[in-house]
Amino acid sequence: MLRFLIRRLALAFLVALTVLSLSFALTRLAGDLAVAIAGPSATAADVAAVRIAYGLDRPVLVQFADWAVRAAHGDFGHSFFFKEQVANLIADRLPITGTLGLTAIAIALAVALPLGILAAVKQNTWIDRLATSIALFGQAMPTFWFGLILMIGFGLKLGWLPISGTGSWRHYVMPGIVLAFTAIPALMRLTRSGMIEVLASDYIRTARAKGLRARTVVLRHALRNAAIPVVSIAAVQLGFMLGGSVVIEQVFALHGVGYLAWESISKNDYPVVQAVVLVLACIYVLLTLIADLLNAFLDPRLRTA
Amino acid sequence: MTPVLTVEALRVEIPVKTGLLRPVRGVGLAIRAGETHGLVGESGSGKSLTALGIMGLLPARAHRSAAQLRLGEVDLLTLNERAMEDVRGDRVAMIFQEPMTSLNPAFTVGAQLTETLRRHRKVSRGEALARAGDMLARVGITSPRTRLAQYPHQLSGGLRQRVMIAMALLCEPKLLIADEPTTALDVTVQAQILRLLAELQRDMGLAILLITHDLSVVARVAQQVSVMYAGEIVETGEVADVFARPAHPYTRGLLSAVPVPGKVRRNEPLGTIAGVVPSLVGEIDGCSFRARCPSAHDACIRPPPVRSAGSSRNYRCHLPPDALEAQP
Amino acid sequence: MTDQVLQAPIVLPRRLRHGGFVLGAAIVGLVVVAALIGPALVPDDPFAQDLLKRLVPPMWMEGGSAAHILGTDQVGRDYLARLVYGARISLLIGLSTVIVSGLIGTTLGVAGGFFGGRVDDVVTFIITCRLAVPLILVALAVVSLVGSSLLVVVVTLGLLLWERFAVVARTTTAQVRNLDYVAAARAAGCSRGYILLREVLPNILNPLIVVATLEMALAILLEAALSFLGLGVPPPLPSWGLMIAEARDYMFFQAWVIVIPGLALLVFVLGINLLGDGLRDLLAPEGRA
Repeated sequence: MLRFLIRRLALAFLVALTVLSLSFALTRLAGDLAVAIAGPSATAADVAAVRIAYGLDRPVLVQFADWAVRAAHGDFGHSFFFKEQVANLIADRLPITGTLGLTAIAIALAVALPLGILAAVKQNTWIDRLATSIALFGQAMPTFWFGLILMIGFGLKLGWLPISGTGSWRHYVMPGIVLAFTAIPALMRLTRSGMIEVLASDYIRTARAKGLRARTVVLRHALRNAAIPVVSIAAVQLGFMLGGSVVIEQVFALHGVGYLAWESISKNDYPVVQAVVLVLACIYVLLTLIADLLNAFLDPRLRTA
Repeated sequence: MTPVLTVEALRVEIPVKTGLLRPVRGVGLAIRAGETHGLVGESGSGKSLTALGIMGLLPARAHRSAAQLRLGEVDLLTLNERAMEDVRGDRVAMIFQEPMTSLNPAFTVGAQLTETLRRHRKVSRGEALARAGDMLARVGITSPRTRLAQYPHQLSGGLRQRVMIAMALLCEPKLLIADEPTTALDVTVQAQILRLLAELQRDMGLAILLITHDLSVVARVAQQVSVMYAGEIVETGEVADVFARPAHPYTRGLLSAVPVPGKVRRNEPLGTIAGVVPSLVGEIDGCSFRARCPSAHDACIRPPPVRSAGSSRNYRCHLPPDALEAQP
Repeated sequence: MTDQVLQAPIVLPRRLRHGGFVLGAAIVGLVVVAALIGPALVPDDPFAQDLLKRLVPPMWMEGGSAAHILGTDQVGRDYLARLVYGARISLLIGLSTVIVSGLIGTTLGVAGGFFGGRVDDVVTFIITCRLAVPLILVALAVVSLVGSSLLVVVVTLGLLLWERFAVVARTTTAQVRNLDYVAAARAAGCSRGYILLREVLPNILNPLIVVATLEMALAILLEAALSFLGLGVPPPLPSWGLMIAEARDYMFFQAWVIVIPGLALLVFVLGINLLGDGLRDLLAPEGRA
């Protein structure tokens, strides 16, 4: 168990390092970064000044090493546009994205789990087909469009929910629902197939032979086993959500990390972009680690092996 | 004395792609308290489905019907699912063939045992745990307290089967249905489990329906035996009698295929039964054994009557008992 | 026998699944036809602006006219023409991206699954890194830095959307590699290349086709998102995502401006997914659990 953990941590570290390099290389794609920063109306002198000011005249490897070492300490440099420490910017925005992500995954599980269970227990009935249809639509739905439609419906026409900003918990309802739908199809299908498989197993037959009530058999005996992969996949889905929140944050004007990244990309604020990509990647890696731990925690066979 | 289990004309039908599958075609049984009744047959004869039919554990698509299905005085046919859930685990219990997969891997042994008890009796958790521990000891498990806290994957196959037996008997049922309980176990463990079952039966006055394909198991522990073929009981009676003077050609074939120490002569080939089990989809014309029977004749196209070969000795064949005596 | 009986196949679902496949194929077929010959059938030029005819509602709404069946957008361009032209863009992007990402992913996956060992470790590591990277952000950054055009979008998405191809190719290749007839071929002295070509590839084709349809749907949705954020297909090309972005200012008063292109996206992607699901069920051999 311990050896497994160490191996995973080492792998996580390597991935972080690779992403570090990738995000560095990413921002150098435009060719001469100094030109991009200085803007279209800059003169050669301006560009040269920018180059020196931002340390872009140093050899690439030196720049990379500098960035890498500083990043390891949490110093992501200075934002060009916001005139602030990038680390502070991210720290300010992360809670919003985090809240959004957690809300979304909670909604996703609250919808996907019951639907999946019902679909499995009542296979091939109308409820099974309803669940499959929901999954199909969820998969095909463009998230930003879904957000806009909800805005029109619940925000404008019904006036129940605010359509932008982050004042109260209400601000997270619509964005949360939209984001949840990116994960509901996969989670529901996984729950359904897992439950179908588990319900056909021998120990469920034993549980029924013991005279346990049908609800106990399904919710206690079956779900306990079928939910294991679902929970750990949910952790990974959360990682994807956090990485892909930019669209929803833009639609609902939530000033989270995704929104920050989008603004910075439009303004060529490369330290911010680099840092955000790195931070989100590290969070994803952390979440996959948590997923593995959850798996081990929930399955006694893995725990005492 | 009312038998603990009375089954009459039990039928199970399942719609499948090619038609209507009839794995159980009119099975009848009677088991008294303290008695072990062996239900013997090869794979595909419908033994397990008979058991599941009695328990009401058939898949949703299956259709069960019977002239009589009673547990003591209780008519199982009139019970709805909820009432049946009350009966299962309490008045009738069942153990299965694969101990390795029959226990939930996510819960401790103790949790699964106490669950049964608390479902059917009003006991506190502490009391339930204590009784579970006692039961484990009774089925021959050492250091029961430790075992209660363990997970199934930490126990061997033989131990798990003992746990299953303990779990089945916690509520002191009147009937225990054991579906191939020793098939998946080592020979030595097999003997132990059979001995255990016999002991518990004596202590508790338990009636046991023992399903198996292994004649030696039946010979060892059962008092009555029913031989099943293609969904029907083809012969039934006291074990010693049936094994000594089998009346039905199928039973004869089965017995000749099993070497009995002391009875088999050297260089004598073991008997075989040629052919395969007929398809159970749709109806079978006449005698189901006709295609493989060495004594088949013209009359066998019609369904054979149930004949008697002695007190409580019945078999399903056209031939009279003495006709078979003459055969080698 | 009990197991067989308890798992006896149910007669119903095949028909249902077939229905989904047929519907999906119909939708995709419709869009393909629209993309190919649509512009010839719809006379209006999708780029022709007419500021006198801004935001004319669709024909069935008040104020609509038969001249513009689906109305016009905020600078007077005919919506139907733009929708049909947009179908071309979606189709083009979907197909090209899938070809690029399919090649990358399959190569990686087959290499990992076939050679195993160190090669497989490297491939798995690459896949993990790709999964860790936030997809949309990187795509946005690349398009922003290099400049937005159809080609850039295709290449960027192609270079980013290969992970499912890789995973499926890797798993199925590993399975096939362990089968008896491959071992027999090795024993008979066939070269690795030959085995790859004749034994492995034909067998992994089916699941990969299914993945291709799903990835195509994903590519179309992503392009729409990128265009919506202003960093995808450049205007005035009528990408459906871009149409939604451009109409955003007017959506509260004339909801149809965003409903129509969004619905087009939804229906098209749904069709592709149904097609993919149907293919998966139909291509899977009978009797496999």
